[in-house]
Amino acid sequence: MSDQNLAAKEFVPMIQLENVSVRYRVPTERIGTFKEFAIRLIQRKVNFRYFWALDGINLTVKKGEVFGLIGNNGAGKSTTLKVISRVLGPTKGRVRVYGKIAPLLELGAGFHSELTGRENIYLNGALLGYGHEQMNRVFQNIVDFSELGPFIDAPIRTYSSGMYARLGFSVATAHQPEILILDEILSVGDEAFQAKCRDRMRDFRENGATILMVSHGMKTMEEMCDRVGWIDHGKLRMIGEPAEVVAAYRQENS
Amino acid sequence: MVNELTATHQPVYDSDRQVSHALSELNDLKQYHYLLKQLVRRDILTRYKRSVLGVAWTMLNPLGTMLILSFVFSEIFKAEQFYSVYVLTGIIAWNFFSQATHAAMAGLVWGGSLMKQIYLPRTIFGISAIGTALVNLVLSLVPLMLVILITRAPLYWTWVFVPVSILFLLCFTLGFGLMLSTLAIYFPDVVEMYQIVLAAWFYLTPIVYPETIVPERYLGLFKLNPMYHFVKLFRLPIREGVAPSFSDILPAAIWGIVVLVAGWLFFTSKSDEYAYRV
Repeated sequence: MSDQNLAAKEFVPMIQLENVSVRYRVPTERIGTFKEFAIRLIQRKVNFRYFWALDGINLTVKKGEVFGLIGNNGAGKSTTLKVISRVLGPTKGRVRVYGKIAPLLELGAGFHSELTGRENIYLNGALLGYGHEQMNRVFQNIVDFSELGPFIDAPIRTYSSGMYARLGFSVATAHQPEILILDEILSVGDEAFQAKCRDRMRDFRENGATILMVSHGMKTMEEMCDRVGWIDHGKLRMIGEPAEVVAAYRQENS
Repeated sequence: MVNELTATHQPVYDSDRQVSHALSELNDLKQYHYLLKQLVRRDILTRYKRSVLGVAWTMLNPLGTMLILSFVFSEIFKAEQFYSVYVLTGIIAWNFFSQATHAAMAGLVWGGSLMKQIYLPRTIFGISAIGTALVNLVLSLVPLMLVILITRAPLYWTWVFVPVSILFLLCFTLGFGLMLSTLAIYFPDVVEMYQIVLAAWFYLTPIVYPETIVPERYLGLFKLNPMYHFVKLFRLPIREGVAPSFSDILPAAIWGIVVLVAGWLFFTSKSDEYAYRV
């Protein structure tokens, strides 16, 4: 890697959140039918409770960085990932992303159980925004990495959940991503496969990918991240060295 | 591993620059055309995956319905020449509409779990539902041709107008499907309610009975039904051997384009809410 690249690694922002807030509108009671809705509309009784899932988040993730988010359940970690991956628009503030995002889907999401492993690879790749040619190029790599060679033409309803997970991980990480989003996924497969996953993460990182991860596994976070942010009740409480942030978080939550 | 890294200084995504959803949606769809193809392929392959006859069912289904209806009604509507062709043309057009609109709703509900995790153009499930129904429609023209040959009904050159009929029906169906999906996200009851509406709508459209049995004074009201015009536009070139005139095409074109534009605008104006709702 040239000096120029190293310098760029320090300064190029990949994800920028400026004062980002997300407000969820929660109906105080669930209105599921037309009749109820019509009655309430007339009575002007459609009540909502507003709830700020994110509140003024400022965050810049640099190119080549492995950034971790920690926090209790419901603190806003997943909402942050959603805002970054364009699933949700921010209610206030501005989100800028300077690269293609490869999110890792939840176990089995985007698979069709009647289709074969081969067919699902192409379907899943298409969902992640890749074209036919791009998938052709990485197809063999996916099959090899997932170790599903003998089963690739069987419908995936015959797969075990571990096989599902391996296939999903292999598809999502088949292309060197610019930004990889991992939401609590690194516990895929057996130990040997997990080691392979870590190797692949390391390769990505060395090739300049930015990784954003969410996990409750504090040990993983300390080991893998360059920086960690702690989100608490929609606010960014602390950001910095993994060991420090994890320690502060542990202290409050023990 | 293939390296796809590209140096970009411009943001790929900037929340401040999302101007018009209706237009940006079109732009995004261009990038996801391969996904569209994959979704249609999946729907067609999986629907009959476990059956022995497979995709042949696409053709056997309308044929079966036609046989039953012919058996039941051909005595009553004896005056109608080549009744089986009459019924089958109606059923094929109707099936396209009812299947696609229903699948558009169901697809969005299925895609909901995905849309919470990754960005996808939201209209893609509605459009892929239309794509699947279109493949089914084209396939079901094969048994239609067979029935025409077997019953020795005339085969007209005016078949060349069929694509025009399909085009406007397609516009209408997509627009209507998008409107329904938007409603279904707010009110899940719509999915059930629509089944009942479809059943009533089927009988309000001249599919099994000839238009001539409708009393004169109701005819004006009867023609308010958009499906009346689409079924007619489909039937004219195939069964009557009549090239559709301007006055036949106009109502179908207006319904098709207006509903498509309205559905598109309605759907995309709400599309930000889907991730919260589905």
